[in-house]
Amino acid sequence: MFDEAEMRDMSQTTGPAPADTPRRRVPAGAHVAVRGLGHSYRRADGPVLEAMDFEIQPGEVVALLGRSGCGKSTLLHMLSGLSQPALGEVVINGNTVQGPSPRWVMMFQAPSLYPWMTVAQNVALGLRFTGRSGQIATRVPEVLDLVDLSAFADRNAQELSGGQQQRVALARSLAPRPEVLLLDEPFSALDAFTRRNLQQDVRQIARGLGLTLVLVTHDVAEAVRMADRVLVLRANPGRIAEDVTIELDEPARQGTCEAFQRAHDRLMGLYSRVADIDTAAAPQTI
Amino acid sequence: MTAVADAPIRAGMPSLARLRGPLNAAIGIGLLLGLWWLGGRAVADNPDLFAFANFAPEPTLRRLWSMLGSGEVVEMTLPSLYRVGAGMALAAAIGVPVGILIGRMARLREITNIPFQFLRMISPLSWMPIAVMAFDTWDGAIVFLIAVAAVWPILFSTAAGLRRIDPAWLKVARNLGANPFHMLFVVILPAIAVDILTGIRLALGVAWVVLVPAEYLGVTSGLGYAINDARDTLDYDRLAATVVVIGVIGFALDSAASAAIRKFNWVRDTH
Ligand SMILES: Nc1ncnc2c1ncn2[C@@H]1O[C@H](COP(=O)(O)OP(=O)(O)OP(=O)(O)O)[C@@H](O)[C@H]1O
Ligand SMILES: [Mg+2]
Repeated sequence: MFDEAEMRDMSQTTGPAPADTPRRRVPAGAHVAVRGLGHSYRRADGPVLEAMDFEIQPGEVVALLGRSGCGKSTLLHMLSGLSQPALGEVVINGNTVQGPSPRWVMMFQAPSLYPWMTVAQNVALGLRFTGRSGQIATRVPEVLDLVDLSAFADRNAQELSGGQQQRVALARSLAPRPEVLLLDEPFSALDAFTRRNLQQDVRQIARGLGLTLVLVTHDVAEAVRMADRVLVLRANPGRIAEDVTIELDEPARQGTCEAFQRAHDRLMGLYSRVADIDTAAAPQTI
Repeated sequence: MTAVADAPIRAGMPSLARLRGPLNAAIGIGLLLGLWWLGGRAVADNPDLFAFANFAPEPTLRRLWSMLGSGEVVEMTLPSLYRVGAGMALAAAIGVPVGILIGRMARLREITNIPFQFLRMISPLSWMPIAVMAFDTWDGAIVFLIAVAAVWPILFSTAAGLRRIDPAWLKVARNLGANPFHMLFVVILPAIAVDILTGIRLALGVAWVVLVPAEYLGVTSGLGYAINDARDTLDYDRLAATVVVIGVIGFALDSAASAAIRKFNWVRDTH
């Protein structure tokens, strides 16, 4: 899965640079801060999100876990700058997010590849749009290799399976070297086996590149498998109810050992409690 | 088991299947010529219609052959093609941008809906007197009539294509840093190329139909003029040959448009 050069890159970011070439640091993930964020679509419906305050450290993998309709996608859209919050702000590396940028890229549940383009053309778009066409020839094969799809570069996007298409979408998001990757349930349409593979691969790739990864899910196992930290959201209005750190080493995240099961059960317990709270007549705080 | 048993039969199929299309086309052409011939016989046998016997296939095709040799066919076709080309270009230059705008903006679509549907239902030929007054040249008037006829299919087809665009395509592009120019030329136009071309194909059909009556007025060149002229000079085999030319060129234009649609169609069969 990993490009060897890329692996070497990563191990050397903290080590001494080679004497001849001053080593350019691998673009690491950005710091993300959400300050007093609130939003409502229609005033009559009340707020969808309220008083959101949290920080995500550079290179951290954070899962937003919550029931359907609690505002996860809304929050992610605001992190990506594709929508603006009614209240508060999203701050990335000290700057308020004003709009979308290839530096923080969002991936959706559907791969949404452009069906009239080849895989390579799809992947090249971010570079093409940002005036970096010169890098396409080297960068596109690099990211396709990263997602294990080098052999498919010249295929039409429609000829690929759902899992392969989602990998292309991942490569397309990675090509312009983003600092933050935002995933909105990107694996939910895939079969269990493909999903497991992609969950692991995406986590490894993000960690390898030092990316900050924010992942929306309503699958507890997915959150445990992928995230360093899980923010559990409650609904009506969407708020952060729990902030859970998942301390599992990489092998334990495969989900076969007791430690995984314990983490899973603990998170499941919290999640059900949070989910129950918003069905209760009088909301309580925990 | 069945797959094995079927194999030899399947292997024999492709050559037959390949012949089937041309064979059916030949049958269709044969039937048309046969009907034409029967019609010609009936006319020749009828004492009242005897004067029109030259409409039959044999004199018509003989005359067509000589018109092809003398260059007369090219001479009468070129002005018509120019008028249709100019009218279509004008229609596309208006229809595509306006179609994109009304496809993108619900408000504009609602505002323009009734006026556009109203204008669309007016036969383009009813603009003829106005066109004649408004334009200095006959050519200008004819191009205008063709454009008026052709603009609607292009406009509506473009707008319909736009509404079928996956909103995620626009979001992804915006996220990856696309500016409005990229949005239009990299995402929107390729996505709706087939819809635009389908509109152009429909428009071409309408334009070609409008062309001939439009050329009945004023001008002294083109296919419509040639028909009128042949009628006035009682030159019925030339008239029928011109009709054949109109049909053949119309068919060729339509085939070209449908080939372009096939080329730009990005939808793959998913088995
Ligand atoms: N464009 C919109 N206009 C009005 N209301 C909206 C809009 N988008 C979302 N909502 C409402 O906001 C709330 C949160 O929606 P959101 O899509 O963020 O939920 P979600 O947590 O992503 O759900 P799911 O897990 O089903 O994707 C829902 O009640 C939804 O009905
Ligand atoms: Mg959602």
